[in-house]
Amino acid sequence: MKSDTITAIATGLSSGGISIIRISGNDAFSIIDRIYKSKNGKKKLSNEKSHTIHYGFIVDGDEIVDEVMVTIMRAPSTYTREDVIEINCHGGLVVTRKILKIVLGQGVRLAEPGEFTKRAFLNGRIDLSQAEAVSDIIKAKNDIALKNSLKQLEGREYEIIKKIRDSILRDIAYIEAALDDPEHISIEGFSEELEENLQNYSQSINRLISGSKNGRLIKEGIKTVILGKPNVGKSSLLNILVREDRAIVTDIAGTTRDTLEETINLNDITLNIIDTAGIRTTDDEVEKIGVDKAMKVAKEADLIIYVIDSSVPLDDNDEAILLMIKEKKAIILMNKSDLTPCIRKEDIEKKSNHPIIGTSFVEHEGIENLEQLIKDMFFKGDISFNEDIYVTNERHIEAFSNALKALDMVRESIYNNMPEDFYSIDLMTAYEELGGILGENVGEDLINMIFSEFCMGK
Amino acid sequence: MSYVYDEYDVVVIGAGHAGCEAALASARLSLKTIIFTIAMDSIALMPCNPNIGGTSKGHLVREIDALGGEMGKNIDKTFIQSKMLNLSKGPAVHSLRAQADKKDYSSSMRKVLENTPNLTLKQAEIVEILTTDDKVVKGVKTYSGAIYPCKAVIICSGTYLNARCIYGETVHMTGPDGLSSAKHLTESLKSLGVEMYRFKTGTPARIDKRSIDFSKMEEQKGDEIIVPFSFSNKPEDIMKEQVSCWLTYTTPKTHDIIRANIDRSPLYSGSIKGTGARYCPSIEDKVVKFADKERHQVFIEPEGNYTNEMYISGMSSSLPEDVQVEMYRSVPGLEKADIVRNAYAIEYDCINPAQLKPSLEFRNIDGLFSAGQFNGSSGYEEAAAQGLIAGINAAMKLLKKEPIIIDRSQAYIGVLIDDLITKDTNEPYRMMTSRAEYRLLLRQDNADLRLTKLGYQVGLIDEETYQKIIDKEKHIKEEKERLEKTVIGANKEVQELLTSLNSTPLTTATTLAELIRRPELDYDKLKSIDPKRKKLSYDVIEQVNINIKYEGYIVRQLRQVEQHKKLENKKIPESLDYNLISGLRIEAKQKLTSFRPVSIGQASRISGVTPADISVLMVYLMQYNAKEAAEKKVSH
Repeated sequence: MKSDTITAIATGLSSGGISIIRISGNDAFSIIDRIYKSKNGKKKLSNEKSHTIHYGFIVDGDEIVDEVMVTIMRAPSTYTREDVIEINCHGGLVVTRKILKIVLGQGVRLAEPGEFTKRAFLNGRIDLSQAEAVSDIIKAKNDIALKNSLKQLEGREYEIIKKIRDSILRDIAYIEAALDDPEHISIEGFSEELEENLQNYSQSINRLISGSKNGRLIKEGIKTVILGKPNVGKSSLLNILVREDRAIVTDIAGTTRDTLEETINLNDITLNIIDTAGIRTTDDEVEKIGVDKAMKVAKEADLIIYVIDSSVPLDDNDEAILLMIKEKKAIILMNKSDLTPCIRKEDIEKKSNHPIIGTSFVEHEGIENLEQLIKDMFFKGDISFNEDIYVTNERHIEAFSNALKALDMVRESIYNNMPEDFYSIDLMTAYEELGGILGENVGEDLINMIFSEFCMGK
Repeated sequence: MSYVYDEYDVVVIGAGHAGCEAALASARLSLKTIIFTIAMDSIALMPCNPNIGGTSKGHLVREIDALGGEMGKNIDKTFIQSKMLNLSKGPAVHSLRAQADKKDYSSSMRKVLENTPNLTLKQAEIVEILTTDDKVVKGVKTYSGAIYPCKAVIICSGTYLNARCIYGETVHMTGPDGLSSAKHLTESLKSLGVEMYRFKTGTPARIDKRSIDFSKMEEQKGDEIIVPFSFSNKPEDIMKEQVSCWLTYTTPKTHDIIRANIDRSPLYSGSIKGTGARYCPSIEDKVVKFADKERHQVFIEPEGNYTNEMYISGMSSSLPEDVQVEMYRSVPGLEKADIVRNAYAIEYDCINPAQLKPSLEFRNIDGLFSAGQFNGSSGYEEAAAQGLIAGINAAMKLLKKEPIIIDRSQAYIGVLIDDLITKDTNEPYRMMTSRAEYRLLLRQDNADLRLTKLGYQVGLIDEETYQKIIDKEKHIKEEKERLEKTVIGANKEVQELLTSLNSTPLTTATTLAELIRRPELDYDKLKSIDPKRKKLSYDVIEQVNINIKYEGYIVRQLRQVEQHKKLENKKIPESLDYNLISGLRIEAKQKLTSFRPVSIGQASRISGVTPADISVLMVYLMQYNAKEAAEKKVSH
């Protein structure tokens, strides 16, 4: 079966080490030839023997991106029974993501959820008796992907996409109504208005893309939330972790006034730490809002670090938080062990099953224990970050870019003085691409829009 | 008392636009065919608008012609005005429309039917479809009790089943134009397990020409150069003096009258229960739904040269008679209008077309086919297209050949049938150019290149026509290649021509094809710098020009078609039990079970079936097919 070429990151992203980017399809070899450079610069992988591994570099034009090992496998003895290339790179999100981007830039499509498995099956690589299992994988992966796609869009972004999409559909409907009923509906001069609209769509989409890239949409890493009442030392903890960590990847401006976010590497584990500092005041009404906010952030967290001031008695707020984090992965820090404690470890253990560590941020005590505990939890698989978020994000960016390309085509058609019926072809592509992000099909949208907006017919 | 009359191969019920094409196709393919009509004088009747074609409908007519149908030839004989719509837009949406002389159209078609060998005409109402216990068609029965044994039946009952015509509180239990309705067939179909719908459509009043003041209207003339519908005709063969249509507008007063009486409209009082088409709204619908629109266009179209009746296009209505008089007379030019026939709405029984296969045969009743408004469509052209396909496929079945299934990427006919059997049809379906996703390829100008060979393969196109198409293809190809290869230098003659045509002069040499691609140029304009040009017919030149000019877009659509075909070619066995497929969502299971798509491609177009469901289905089919193959091996 002749299929297009697809790619995806084939390994987990979270555990550092090595990441593998897999490419499968007819163009796999021609693509790797364009982006791979051997040490002496002379080797061409398409000339090499199948099932061999090659040392070299991935290049973006002249720039070397990473030192890699590339496995080349020719059809049919591969997982998908198609030509397959696997790029083994130095893990870590930044590099992996960059290489994936370079591959995607070669006209390769990002694989659908479960697509490698699907191809393997359809090409006869996986035993027919496994059909049901394969179906389940595809279904599960798609369900998750769609859920993530929607979850990851913030309300505002969702609204923006919806608005652009609606507006594009209206443009198409106008053109199509005029084509279908030229004696009642005229679109003379519409191309000027459309050009202006296109400008706006492209601007909005570009903003969405840069939002995605800067991490407005993506918060990769283990989403770690520091919770606690004011003055328990949350900010100090964040500062300690950030200072002690030698490699701050990025610092992202908080999404709300009240939270601060830092991304750090803890021995190859990426932690995405959100400090909920300052969310409470003594004013009761505001305090309630603060707790609500903390709750919301905590609900989506992969890991919660709950800081208690052991020199102050527990109150209702602590009770509420302990209740809330009951079902979550959490670590409880009993801070200010340097002061006279008035809470005992047993008091907390009665209310919670989470591991408890005594710390003194002032004295830097217990920090090593904390780091060790996080590492243990991670490698035991107790905590994991949702790498689908990352994949989803790539998918969004790809859809946005495709939509932009389509809109550029419309602009080109206008520039070339093409008749109006040519505009709607590419407008429809943009509409479909944006719909993919929202998990919406086209269906009868256009026909419905035509009839609801335009008075048609005899 | 019932008795057995003669036996036929194919019985066609109804002699409207669907029935005529169905019966002609079947008889021309040498099957002994009989066509029943409720009234001999209503053959190929046009009970609504007096024209054939229009946007996307014109495409259908040309496709019908290319396949060997009759509609194009018949309108070429009987038109009184012709117009190519959308000429300012791209070639894909140019659409031909002709005003017909209704009586001429009807009697001319009747003549064709009456002179076709193997075809018998009969005036009778069919009340029952006779089948064996396992639902194989074996005959039909008339109201008077005559039984006609047959092997296949094609139902083309149009708007006649349990028809009810309504305006205001007035109800006539008749079909269109006061013709008798068919009151019994629905019951017979229901007892065979057929799922019925009730749809509604409407028509405006007819007004006596002598009472119209045309000086208050704009004249709408026909085109000077007429493009025939039929590929067998040349423009010069069908030239004739044309009759004008007229344009006027509704007024605020018209809208006031409608609003003041809206409660008396059966559409709003709830007396009409059938679902109407959004494409053909009544004037009261337009005024209510588009309240901010100050006026609506009204086209006054002649019903033919035989009569003074004029069709008031744009003002169909089911308001009471007294309101109608007031309403029409509020339109400039119609102040003294004498209404010959009232506007009315008509309700009728039709089927849920999801019960049909792409061949237009019922999935659950062997040998029963159907076409036209009975299938939930609207329009003469949509009906004729289905009639032709149903006629061909009834014949194919009896001749033990594979059915003819036209793909969406091949013709509007393919889009029409696929939509009918795949989408939730909840209103009368009208063809629209926006429904065709590959419309750059499905142009009215190339319908012959797309379908004539298929018509020949079926047996409806003769050897000579076939040979002509082969030659045409060759000429187009050769000329295109020549233009791609012919290099043009920046000599004085060329630069002068380009400058005179407001086109940028050349800086380097280029090809003739490249020049044709410039928006401001075309094939004809380059004649003086292309001395080696052979004399070619206008239709070859047209194809060459379009193919070169829009090549980029055409190539892109061809690529999409390739992707689409991959899924269309993956067939789904008829007996597949979707409930056994784990991983399919419940909604998908239900939808797939009810529509029973024939291919993965069709399945992917059913609303409520997601791409993930399609993947799951493909995986399941793989295993299913392998199992089937293994079992076959064992049994041999």
